[in-house]
Amino acid sequence: MRTKLLALAAALLPATTFAAGGEAHLEKANIDIGNTASLQRGAANFVNYCLGCHSAKYVRYNRMAADLGLTEQQLIENLMFTGERPHDTMRIGIRADDAKRWFGVVPPDLSLIARSRGADYVYTFLHSFYADPTRPSGANNLVLPGTAMPHVLWEVQGIQDAVWEGHVDAVGNAQKHFKEFKLVTPGKLSPEEYDGFVRDTVNFLEYAAEPAQLKRRSLGFPVIAFLAFFTLLAWALKKEYWKDVK
Amino acid sequence: MASKSQTVKSGGGRLAALTTWIDDRFPMTKMWKEQVAEYYAPKNMNFWYFFGSLALMVLVIQILTGIFLTMNYKPSAAEAFGSVEYIMRDVEWGWLIRYIHSTGASAFFIVVYLHMFRALLYGSYQKPRELVWIFGMLIYFALMAEAFFGYLLPWGNMSYWGAQVIVSLFGAIPVVGDSLTEWIRGDFYISDITLNRFFALHVIAIPLVLVFLVVAHLIALHEVGSNNPDGVEIKKVKGPDGIPLDGIPFHPYYTVKDLIGVGVFLILFSLVIFYAPTMGGYFLEHANFDPANPLQTPPHIAPVWYFTPFYAILRAVPSKSLGALLMGLAVVLFVFLPWLDRGKVRSIRYRGPLFKFFLIAFAISFVVLGFLGLQPPTPLYTNLARLFSIVYFAFFLLMPWYSSVDRTKPVPTRVTYHAH
Repeated sequence: MRTKLLALAAALLPATTFAAGGEAHLEKANIDIGNTASLQRGAANFVNYCLGCHSAKYVRYNRMAADLGLTEQQLIENLMFTGERPHDTMRIGIRADDAKRWFGVVPPDLSLIARSRGADYVYTFLHSFYADPTRPSGANNLVLPGTAMPHVLWEVQGIQDAVWEGHVDAVGNAQKHFKEFKLVTPGKLSPEEYDGFVRDTVNFLEYAAEPAQLKRRSLGFPVIAFLAFFTLLAWALKKEYWKDVK
Repeated sequence: MASKSQTVKSGGGRLAALTTWIDDRFPMTKMWKEQVAEYYAPKNMNFWYFFGSLALMVLVIQILTGIFLTMNYKPSAAEAFGSVEYIMRDVEWGWLIRYIHSTGASAFFIVVYLHMFRALLYGSYQKPRELVWIFGMLIYFALMAEAFFGYLLPWGNMSYWGAQVIVSLFGAIPVVGDSLTEWIRGDFYISDITLNRFFALHVIAIPLVLVFLVVAHLIALHEVGSNNPDGVEIKKVKGPDGIPLDGIPFHPYYTVKDLIGVGVFLILFSLVIFYAPTMGGYFLEHANFDPANPLQTPPHIAPVWYFTPFYAILRAVPSKSLGALLMGLAVVLFVFLPWLDRGKVRSIRYRGPLFKFFLIAFAISFVVLGFLGLQPPTPLYTNLARLFSIVYFAFFLLMPWYSSVDRTKPVPTRVTYHAH
């Protein structure tokens, strides 16, 4: 019973947090896993801005380079900064207990984030930081209210405020709903450029979550074409054999 | 030329000699004839009869891919999740083997559910096929156990909490419940010990039982003979040679016909593997890409789709012990169909309107309950689940009544078959 109650409570939880933070509806990431240039930019963004705190411990550098059309030399010069070898995976130097002390939580490994939360989630999350002086980091996030993550990309995106609109509901409680974001301090990139920056990064995370997908999709057609031919032959064979069944 | 034909003859002669040598020591030819080449199957078997051979094929696929997965999988709480990702990324073709296995699990249930529904349509469980049916149901139970144990192995967070919820159901049993759950887990919670024993059960214990039961299912079937869409006993009308007039040898007629089924099945199977291996979170759930975390439940715990009709029944009942009991009953009731069905005809073609009504209502309730079991509970959904649970049980419990009073149509003596 306890477990079931727990499950029930857990099921209701997202609904209540969303109600408190406004309606966080997920925007479409619109990524294209076949766009190698975007994947390369995304990989650069990832190692420059995310890999300080978040590992991607299942992503292997040289496999990634091969999939992204980079030579080992290009990989070492552009994407590897901390003395790993090309056959290592993307690990980080921060110790878990230190991270826990600094942030309150250990920053999650991002190898599979695009599969566990979805690309749209990560895309919307990276667009939804806003200034909130009540938070220790000075920033909050509409998708994950109360997140421990500081707005790491503030220099790139700039700082935005959340605009709320309020009303009093039937029971007399004040309700506030998220209306829109307003950019108060511009960043290094324009909003359009930042959108491309996030999209590239999410594209890379989508790749990182399942490197095999590049091969998987391209293999589908020949396999199914063969099976269609096989089925046609089987059908002709059956027709031939069954001629004498009266 | 002469010498050439002699070579062929002597080659055939050597093969024939080998066959005789084996047949003197092992009934190879005899078994081949009895089970395949001279097993006479009704000539009117239709679309619904593809799913038996397909289930057998999926079993073989699961065993073969399972063997290769076992070579790289590590059944420990510390390594299991990482070893699955290792298979997905670093093992040559590991991703394909893993997707075939994970898709195969769902495909197995789809095929088996259709196979079972065929038995309901054409009364295939009726006398004298009660044991064929019971062996089949035991296969289904073993399959459920196999799927449940296998689902823990990726050690994702949904694996973990799904196992936690299902194992805790045994706690509903009075007196021994708590000790029983502890005994199953081998620990006070789902842990490394649980994972290791579920691995043993998944890769050897249950597969052995499954293979044994499949053999028993086939031997029993071939002893009594296959049913058909008319529910006519073909053995009743035999030719002068003792062969049923409406029977044709399983090989080559049904072996070539089943090849078409295999082709179509593999096309659909490949579409999932290559283009939608997670099936939008239904075959591989999103939360299972997070490693098991005993301190945090996934946002919404639901079993994989093939268990959800029963899960919906469990949740529909306010009392946990009664809910667990009814859920168990919902699964076990199938076994008693041969004795619940008092109908004078087998096939849906000659049944009356009452049976048709109840069968359709049952099929709808099964699908709706399956849908409801996937959704987070709301008051509306809970009430719907209650309503359809009643329909589900009514199909079984009222069967002795509606199957006996139904207005059936006369059954022909021969099967209906139109040569194409």
